[in-house]
Amino acid sequence: MTERDEGRRLTRRGLRISGLGLAGLAAVYLVALRYTPVERFQGLPQKIFYLHVPAAWSALLAFSLVGIAGALYLWLRDPRLDLFAESIAEAGLVFSCVMLTTGPLWGKPVWGTWWTWDARLTLTLMLFFLFLGYRVLRGAIQEPGERARFSAVVGILGMVLVPFVHLSVYLFRTLHPQPIVLKPSEPSLPWEMLRTLLLSVGVYTVLLIGFVTTRYGLGRAAEAEGERDVR
Amino acid sequence: MGDFLRAALAVAAKDIRVEHRSRTALVAAVAFAALVLVIFNFAREPAAVSREALAPSVLWITFSFAGVIALNRSFVVERENAALDGLLLAPVSRSAIFLGKYLANLVFVFTVEAVTLPLFVLFFGMDLTGSLPGIGLTAVLATAGFVAVGTVLAAMTVRTRFAELMLPLLLLPFLVPPVIGAVQVTARLLGGRPVSEIAGWLLILGLYDLVFVTLCLMVFPPLMDE
Amino acid sequence: MTSPRPQTPAAVPPLLEACGLERRFGAARALRGVSLSVNPGECHLVVGPNGAGKSTLLRLLAGLARPSAGRVTIEGAPLAGDPARRRLIGLLSHQSHLYDDLSAAENLAFAARLYGLPDAPAAVRDRLAAVGLAERASDPVRRLSRGMVQRAAIARALLHSPLLLLLDEPYTGLDPHSSDQVTGLLRGELAAGRAMVLASHDVHEAWDLATHAHVLVRGSWALTGPRGPSLDDFLRSYRAVLHG
Repeated sequence: MTERDEGRRLTRRGLRISGLGLAGLAAVYLVALRYTPVERFQGLPQKIFYLHVPAAWSALLAFSLVGIAGALYLWLRDPRLDLFAESIAEAGLVFSCVMLTTGPLWGKPVWGTWWTWDARLTLTLMLFFLFLGYRVLRGAIQEPGERARFSAVVGILGMVLVPFVHLSVYLFRTLHPQPIVLKPSEPSLPWEMLRTLLLSVGVYTVLLIGFVTTRYGLGRAAEAEGERDVR
Repeated sequence: MGDFLRAALAVAAKDIRVEHRSRTALVAAVAFAALVLVIFNFAREPAAVSREALAPSVLWITFSFAGVIALNRSFVVERENAALDGLLLAPVSRSAIFLGKYLANLVFVFTVEAVTLPLFVLFFGMDLTGSLPGIGLTAVLATAGFVAVGTVLAAMTVRTRFAELMLPLLLLPFLVPPVIGAVQVTARLLGGRPVSEIAGWLLILGLYDLVFVTLCLMVFPPLMDE
Repeated sequence: MTSPRPQTPAAVPPLLEACGLERRFGAARALRGVSLSVNPGECHLVVGPNGAGKSTLLRLLAGLARPSAGRVTIEGAPLAGDPARRRLIGLLSHQSHLYDDLSAAENLAFAARLYGLPDAPAAVRDRLAAVGLAERASDPVRRLSRGMVQRAAIARALLHSPLLLLLDEPYTGLDPHSSDQVTGLLRGELAAGRAMVLASHDVHEAWDLATHAHVLVRGSWALTGPRGPSLDDFLRSYRAVLHG
C-alpha cells in the first residue's frame, strides 16, 4: 500500500472514530441533562462540569503526549513521531479552546463572573498558550528536520513546565471548587454523577483518538503528495 | 571536565567581549527597563493604589521584560556569518557551548537587574534597607531558571522569521512560576515578614532552577544535532 | 589443518571514508548512497547544480549533521559520537564563522581556546602572517574587505592544523585577485599533505587544484573518479549528465 493510500485509510478511520465520539458527546449531553441528578448547591449550571472537566484533562493529556513524543523523536529521529506530535498538538489546541469557552459559561451563572484565576482554568489557559506557541513555531520553520527537532524541545520544556505552573498557581489561592473526584479518602461524588463524568471522559478520549488519527492520516497523505527530493 | 569548563568559559568570555564591543543590547535593555518604570509611574492612580502595594509587581514585570530583551541578543551574534557552525565544529561537547552562552546571558540579565534596581528605588521611593540581601537572593533564584530556558529558546527562534515576537511568545509561559514566587517573596520582604514565610517559595524557585538548568543542558545537544 | 596465511601488512585506512551516506526526512531525500574516499594530498572537487546536496554532504563530512544512513570515518574511526575527532577537520564556507565586532586576531585567539591549542599567541600570529593579514590583525573584521575576510577564515580553519579541510563554495563573492590568493594558499596546504574536499558550482576556479572530480546531481554521484587532464572534456561530460 502506498503512503498516500495509507494516509487516506487512516483519515477515513479517524473520521469514523471522530463521528463516533461526537455522537457519544451528544449522548453525554443527553445523559447529563436528563439522567443525572441536579447538584444541590449549584443547580443546573453545574452540569457543564461534565463537559468542562474532561476537556481540561484531555488537554493536559495531549500536552504530556506532545512532550513524550518529542523526547522519543530526539532519541529515535523517526519522522512519524513528529507527525504524531503535531496531530496531538492540534487536537489539544481544540480541546483547550473548548475548555476556555465552557469554563466561563459555567462560571458566570455560578460565581457571577466570566473569568476567575483559579488553578484549573489558569492551567488550561497556560496549556492553550503552549499549544499556540508550539503551532506558531512550527509554522515559522521551513526545513522539516529542524522543525521536528525544535518543536520536540519546546514540547519537552512545556511538559516539564506544567507541574510548576500548577503548583505555583494552586498555592496562589484558588476559587475553583475542590477537585471532588480526586479526593483520596472516599469518592465524594454520588454514583450517578460519577458515572456521567466517567462516560464523558471516555467519550473525550475517543474524540481525541479520532481527531489525532484523522490529522495524522491527513498528514501522511499530504507528505506523500508533497515534494520529494527536497533538501 | 577541564576541557568542558575551558570551552564553556571561552564561549562566555567571547560573548561578553562581543557585547562589550558593541554595547547595543545591554544599553537597549537598561533603557527599556527605565522606560517601563516611568510608564508604571504614570499608569498608576496614586489615590487608589499605594506604591508599596504595587512595588513588587512593578519590579518583577520590569525585570521580566528587560530580561527577555537581553536574551534575544545571545544568538543574534551567532547568526551573522554563521558563527554558530564555527562553535559546533569545535571538538567540544554541545553542552559546553550551552553552558558558556548561559553564563554570558546570566551576566547580562544580572547586569540589567543590578542597574534597574537603583532606578526602581529612585522612582518609587522605596526603602530597601534590610530587605536588600533577600531581594538580591530572590533575583538570583528567579532569574537562573528562566535564563536557561531563554537561552535554549533563543537558539531556536533566531533561525525563524519574526524572531523578536517568537521568543517572548514561547518564553513568557516559563516566567509564570518564577514571577509568582518572586513577587510573593518580595512583597513579604518589603512588608518585613519573617523568613519562615518565604522559605517555601524560595525552595520552589530553587527547584525550578535546578530542574530547568539540568533539562536545558541535556536538551541542547540533540537540539543542535541536525 | 590449513597452512597459515602469509602476513600482509595491515592496509592503511583512507583519511576520510564515507560509506553509503543518506540524508532524508520522511519521503524527502537530500542524499542517497553517497560514498567517498579521501587520502592525504588529494583535493576532491565536488560540482553540481544548486540543490544537488553539496552543502549537505559537506555538513555530514564535518560532523555538523548526522546521516540518516551510512557513516563517516576519519583515520579509521567513526566521526559520530566522538567530539574529539572533529579536531582533525576544518571547514571553510562562504560564511566566515567570524565575529564582526572582534578583530581577526581575537577571533583566532578564541578559536585557539576552543580547540585547546598550546602556545596560542604564536600560532595565531603565524597563521595570520601566512595568509598575509599580519598588519590588519587588530582591525575589527567588519572593516576588512571580502577577500581579507576569506583569508582570515582560512587562517581560522587551519589554526588547529586539521588533516582534512572541507570547503563549501570558498570563491563566492571574491574578485579574481582574491580568488588567486586563496588558490595559492590552498595549493600550499595540499603540498604540505593536507586533504581537501571542495564543493563548488564553478568548476574553473578550483580545476587546477583538484586531483579528483565528482559530479553530484539530485543527491547522488553522476560522475566520480580521479580528475582527467582536460577541463573541456569534463565540462562536456558534466553538461551531458545534467541534461541526460
